[in-house]
Amino acid sequence: MKDQKKKKSSYISSGESRKITRFNRRVTKKFEKRREDAAKDPALYTTRMKDPNNVVEFDNVRTYFFTDVGVVKAVDGVNFEIPKKSTVGVVGESGCGKSVTSLSLMQLLQRPQGQTVSGEIRFVKDDGSAYNIVNTPNSIMESIRGNDMSMIFQEPMTALNPIFRVGDQIDEVIILHNPDMPKEDVKKRTLEMLDLVGIANKEGVYKMYPHELSGGMRQRICIAIALACSPKIIIADEPTTALDVTIQAQILDLLKNLKDKLNSSIMLITHDLGVVADMADYVVVMYAGRIVEKGTAREIFHNPSHPYTIGLMASKPVVGQKVEKLYNIPGSVPNPVKMPNYCYFRDRCEMRCDKCDGQYPPEIKIGDTHIVSCYRFIDKGEVLDYPKTVEVEDLYNE
Amino acid sequence: MLKYTIKRLLYSVLILFFVMFIIYVLMYNMPAGYIETKAMELANKQNSTRSFDEWLKFLNAQYGMDKGPFIGYFTWLGNVFRGNLGDSWKWTQPVTEVFKDAIWYSFALGLVSFIFEIIIAIPLGIKAAKNQYGVVDYSASAFAMICISMPTFFLATLLKYIFAVKLKWFDISGMQGKFYDQLSPFMQFLDVAKHFILPSVTLIIISIGGLMRYTRTNMLEVLNADYIRTARAKGVPEKKVISHHAFRNTLIPLITTLGGSLPGLFSGALITETLFAIRGIGFRSYESMVVGDIPFTMFYLAFISILTLLGNLIADLLYAAVDPRVRLS
Repeated sequence: MKDQKKKKSSYISSGESRKITRFNRRVTKKFEKRREDAAKDPALYTTRMKDPNNVVEFDNVRTYFFTDVGVVKAVDGVNFEIPKKSTVGVVGESGCGKSVTSLSLMQLLQRPQGQTVSGEIRFVKDDGSAYNIVNTPNSIMESIRGNDMSMIFQEPMTALNPIFRVGDQIDEVIILHNPDMPKEDVKKRTLEMLDLVGIANKEGVYKMYPHELSGGMRQRICIAIALACSPKIIIADEPTTALDVTIQAQILDLLKNLKDKLNSSIMLITHDLGVVADMADYVVVMYAGRIVEKGTAREIFHNPSHPYTIGLMASKPVVGQKVEKLYNIPGSVPNPVKMPNYCYFRDRCEMRCDKCDGQYPPEIKIGDTHIVSCYRFIDKGEVLDYPKTVEVEDLYNE
Repeated sequence: MLKYTIKRLLYSVLILFFVMFIIYVLMYNMPAGYIETKAMELANKQNSTRSFDEWLKFLNAQYGMDKGPFIGYFTWLGNVFRGNLGDSWKWTQPVTEVFKDAIWYSFALGLVSFIFEIIIAIPLGIKAAKNQYGVVDYSASAFAMICISMPTFFLATLLKYIFAVKLKWFDISGMQGKFYDQLSPFMQFLDVAKHFILPSVTLIIISIGGLMRYTRTNMLEVLNADYIRTARAKGVPEKKVISHHAFRNTLIPLITTLGGSLPGLFSGALITETLFAIRGIGFRSYESMVVGDIPFTMFYLAFISILTLLGNLIADLLYAAVDPRVRLS
């Protein structure tokens, strides 16, 4: 019986499919139009930071993908901020919306299917005001990307263009954002960057093609590209996932050293809790497109409060401790197209109570910086706000 | 690189040897060949002194075809090495003369359609890839499918019907107009050029589809690559992402295939030339093959084989030249 029901929920008739496609086209067109309109008036994409000490503020950000089988709410009401000169770790399992959050910040989503449908992403400007990235037109995004915010991707093997020399690829980003810089200075800066990321034979590497370098070297080049224009924020999207363990350690050491040298903030996306514990000042734990817990690294690691965070901690191997079987959280993430209206983690949770059958839990402040979305703390902290999901039908009508 | 090229050339010679042997044996054993037809013709004459078999034997000896395919092939090969490619039976002049007369017409036709193919198909393919599943993409893909599916003879006939029969803009076939002899040399050139328009259009339409689809597929693959995302993350303007980062990578397979087809410019377009009576190498070879003209067919097919082998070699060398990841050894 249960199986049958499941089958039905994933089955789509051709009529429905057509309806979805038509709806998607209408909605995405509307969002594209909105962005185009915003381009005409700077007031529509300029705003003010809530706290001038932050570089980036995510305020109720919702990024949805309008796919052929329905709307996927990849990021659904995410709130957090990245303070200046700090490292924020974003953790969560695959598909929980970590990367989509960062791509929303860079506006590198696969458009037109992927759209940030509501909320504000505030990114600080030098004059104290801020961009609202959601509405910022592409021409301005191009001047921000690589210059004020940059990204390190998870696949260094394929992230560099195979037919251009490494030096030219670093030169390119410097020239793009400093068009008046003389050529010799550009090269000098590039060599400086290569030196900074710990490449010994910098003159030689400058003239090499990416395929002549190892994975770790390529990731260093990617980091050099990301750092070349001294950005305000560096997004590192699982920078060590594709590398082997010794190289991972080297790259992490490099990032940690650089963090002290530079004035940039780092948004570190990873599913490796060890990396986060090592590097991050603040930690954001995401689950199924929402933040379930956030706080300082100390709070998250010493006092994990959300059952999901506790489960994550428990499923991490501990050096020197022998166990028969590594713990894993039972069950799987709910279907992204049809999210339930109760707590997304309820069905996998080992600490559920009666309240969990109600609506999705609110954000509860249990410490100065520690916020958790779980009914177990409803009486122990200050209830902030219930997340309100946007009904897709309303998107068109609003 | 040089060592590789020499090695490849030596291989090519070996391949060529066997290819030509197979062709020779096939031509030798072709029923109703040139000699048989000729013998029949002579035997059926009113005052014929010999029977068909006698004529056949006599003619075979005359043409040097009585020693079997093995010896015949090596004789042909020996003559080729001595620079003697033989005389065409059909055209009754040295095959090199026939070749010299015909090749430049074929080359002109091939070059014009090659250039137009490139300047139409590649931008169209890129445009389609950029707007995947958009209006441009769907219409370009439909157009490409029509181009690919259209048989040459059908398209040529259709064009002739519309532009020659109905609109009377061009002659149905041939290379010269009625008053060719009375024209000044420059006007004569224009007259021939005008007669080349329909065949060129046929060739262009037929070849566009494949190249357009090929460009589109490659461009799509490149546009989804990680390094394109990196380029965007660097803040490279979208136009430059396409024209610089993506196009350079798309060029690798394109240059290789196009470079490989360069020798093909000389090979002539057999069907199109025949349909439009353009006296190019394709038309000549068609007429020779139909009557079983062994020397000319052997020469033409050897020429085509060399061009094909050369094309493959050029493709491989170009691959190494445009893609830094490829090293030949």
